[in-house]
Amino acid sequence: MIGYMDKIKEISERILKEGKVDIIVGFRKGSLPMMNEPCVVKKAEDVKNLVWDSNCGINLVNYLTNRKEKIGIIAKGCDTRNIVTHIVENKIKKEQLFIIGVPCTGMIDKNKVASKVDSEIIEVTENENTIKVKTKTNEIELNKTDLLQENCSICVHRNPVVYDELVAELIEEPKDIDRYASVKAVESMSAEEKWNYFEDLISTCIRCYACRNACPLCYCPTCFVDESRPQWVGKGQDKSDIRTFHFLRAFHCAGRCTDCGSCERACPMGIKVRDFTKKLEKDCVELFGWEAGMTLKERPPLDEFKLNDPEDFIY
Amino acid sequence: MSDWEPKIVSFFCNWCTYGAADLAGVSRLEHPTNTRVIRVPCSGRISPKFILAALRKGADGVWVSGCHPGDCHYIEGNYYARRKFALMKNLLEHMGIEPGRVQFSWISSAESTKYVTVINEVVSKIKALGPRKNFIKSKN
Repeated sequence: MIGYMDKIKEISERILKEGKVDIIVGFRKGSLPMMNEPCVVKKAEDVKNLVWDSNCGINLVNYLTNRKEKIGIIAKGCDTRNIVTHIVENKIKKEQLFIIGVPCTGMIDKNKVASKVDSEIIEVTENENTIKVKTKTNEIELNKTDLLQENCSICVHRNPVVYDELVAELIEEPKDIDRYASVKAVESMSAEEKWNYFEDLISTCIRCYACRNACPLCYCPTCFVDESRPQWVGKGQDKSDIRTFHFLRAFHCAGRCTDCGSCERACPMGIKVRDFTKKLEKDCVELFGWEAGMTLKERPPLDEFKLNDPEDFIY
Repeated sequence: MSDWEPKIVSFFCNWCTYGAADLAGVSRLEHPTNTRVIRVPCSGRISPKFILAALRKGADGVWVSGCHPGDCHYIEGNYYARRKFALMKNLLEHMGIEPGRVQFSWISSAESTKYVTVINEVVSKIKALGPRKNFIKSKN
């Protein structure tokens, strides 16, 4: 994916110069290794700042909500599905966008890299299939496939769904992947075990709302955590409040979540918050045959119904 | 604990189940008194927040009841509700709320006998599960 960089710059420069877009939303190098930061490019001469490698896991669609200008956006498979969701939910118009589609081979989990070395990482350089990690004491080469974010390792929609131009040939989608193995593992537990599993999972949550802020789906003018009359969720560290927050955050993403992994990536405590959304994703597939962001023609599952929807749980 | 009785928060649709409960009452049909009824305009009005709030305040069970599909006063409110409930119930149970704590039913305003059958069923199921211990907000 590192090889996409030149093509991304070339396209960005061209569409800026031609006036097809006012701004480009992409990534530039961050101040720390493996921390690319989102950036907005307004002038063709600044295109040189753009980067693309396996540390671009943040979902840039977060920056499209309610924008009025013409925007060029660099988007991976999951990002384009979020763009579709945004268009369907009237948060942006298709005509405003120039989507630079990136066939994605997965993003690196920086925590996994950190766990492979025992001192501070000074520099990380990336090749096509490996990364070189340099610390104060030594230098090692690691295989990229062992370091992927969990959602990327089970991703089956790596290619962009909608795009105006591609930076490379579409890649083959992986087959024979059990996307819901983690959900099934929890489903096989007893009620008490499930309760304890999630209690353990969110025990370190500090209510920073980074998962919410990183999520392109979370754009309510007033978030339910900020509502005060009535106050549905307390603001403190009460365990039931923390769990209510995670429950409702996930439920708001029902039928919309594309499993881009931004929430998990953003969590400073390393909580696997995707365990909540993944269950809803699985249910939407099983109950309504729905995968988020795959088509512009259909409404999301909670915005429509069928006469024969499952109701075996209702008296 | 032998004399423990569950407290069940019930959300009834104004146009059907609320009427059925009323009809059961005026018809002198005997039924349990464990429910605390909240009247809502439509089962589609129910937000997951309501159900979580009831549980967090210590309800032993929650029961949501609306009109039969096709009979909604607002034409299609309960169809949307049905999808919402399916996902919500599954997620609640996925994170460790025992199956049966949250129940759903369709009861029309003429079905006072169905109302009595279902309320007996709901109460006995929640009784069997015992008092709730988790997900209750501690009082400071």
